[in-house]
Amino acid sequence: MTGAKEGAVLRLVTPGEAIGASSGARAGTGTVKQGQDIISTKLGWVKENNGVLFVEPIHSSYLPRSGDLVIGIIESVRNNLWFAEVNGPFNGLLPMSLAPWKVEFGAAREHMDIGDVMLARVQEVDEAHNIVLTMKGVGLRKLKEGAVLELPVNLIKLIRNDNERILNVFKESSDCRIIVGDNGRIWVDGSAENISMVRAGFDLMNNIGHQENVFDSINEFTKQWRNE
Amino acid sequence: MMGGYGDVQLLRDDGLRLDGRKLDEMREVQIEAGILPAADGSAWVKHGLNVAVCAVYGPMEAHPRKIQKQDRAVIDLRYNMAPFSTSDRIRPGFNRRSREISKVTAEALESVVLVERYPRSKIRVEIEILSAEAGTRCVGITAASVALADAGIPMRDMIVGVASGKVEDTVVLDLDKAEDNYGQADLPMGILPTTGEIAFLQMDGDLSIEEFNLCMDYNMKAAKEIHEIQMDALKRRYESKNGGA
Repeated sequence: MTGAKEGAVLRLVTPGEAIGASSGARAGTGTVKQGQDIISTKLGWVKENNGVLFVEPIHSSYLPRSGDLVIGIIESVRNNLWFAEVNGPFNGLLPMSLAPWKVEFGAAREHMDIGDVMLARVQEVDEAHNIVLTMKGVGLRKLKEGAVLELPVNLIKLIRNDNERILNVFKESSDCRIIVGDNGRIWVDGSAENISMVRAGFDLMNNIGHQENVFDSINEFTKQWRNE
Repeated sequence: MMGGYGDVQLLRDDGLRLDGRKLDEMREVQIEAGILPAADGSAWVKHGLNVAVCAVYGPMEAHPRKIQKQDRAVIDLRYNMAPFSTSDRIRPGFNRRSREISKVTAEALESVVLVERYPRSKIRVEIEILSAEAGTRCVGITAASVALADAGIPMRDMIVGVASGKVEDTVVLDLDKAEDNYGQADLPMGILPTTGEIAFLQMDGDLSIEEFNLCMDYNMKAAKEIHEIQMDALKRRYESKNGGA
């Protein structure tokens, strides 16, 4: 966990709680300055990193930022573009020019239809939250097999912390291909049994994600699953 | 005098109220957070004999388009009393009263939620009153605040709904059904407990300035108490998850 002191007890705060003096530290995400104090705006754990005080929320929704890797589900198709649901408040738009194929006008449906799942990157987000996606890039493609699992967005960072420590445990123990999207969706491909193991592991993470020793619990869980 | 039921005795001879509470004593409040698995955030509040459930969904794209605001989110709030919430069956669906309460509650919440973070979006808040005694709009606000925090919606502060009023020319905190029906005045407020700001205030009946100030003091004190229970409910949820994992 970034910035958390080893062994220090984390403080759980609710919106409106003062978490420090505004003179001492800078206000990071999940906080605002109000007069002399920095106050929390979310329910979460107070953390500090390089003099920046921030709140790591227990539950948050996905807000796209440019460069994010997302797993989207096609929701509607026009002659020359697709609209994909990306787990955020607004649908992402994938224009024909940013698709990996040479698409004729009116033939967009032949490449991806409603309900298809794709791996894309957020190209651009404007101030009104319009999202443009791109599928031009290494590894970006339509996902044809495997399963898409979901995790709360705030746990995505956790799964990637410390050089993807937790993700690597899952990959090694399950023998699955796993791609983690920033929008809380995770693509897993492997045998059905292995996928269900990863699924159970994510369920466990969902329950214990806010605790300190998630890595050890996950490690223990995967070992147990292997032995059975 | 409000109501015109001057002959109903609402204060006992020993100075206590009919249910045995002191003048500045609240009914018992219990709160649970995260009770609805499908919702992004939810809360259950029991305040005396009032029971409210609140679910929060979003932020999501605001539909229909005409309700979108280009610079902020809108709060789409629905307050509803269940048909079985009172002894007289309530005809299901919107009525004049629920429409009014939905509007004022949404406006109160808009002042605490950081709506400017989510342009063109809407946050859906549904408050369902399962059992009603008196002061359901306050219970709804308290529940909505916990559900919003549970959903991870950024807020400047929590918000607490609490009411005071006047019965038999005496100011009392947290009116029950008899006091609400036969009392002289009712002052529900939405209070931001840490800063003491007021996001919502309605007044029914007449109060002198002194009485009003006393009501304010009672409400502020009660808001702090309810805020503690709100915080405890939110924190307890994750502690119980700890044990249950």
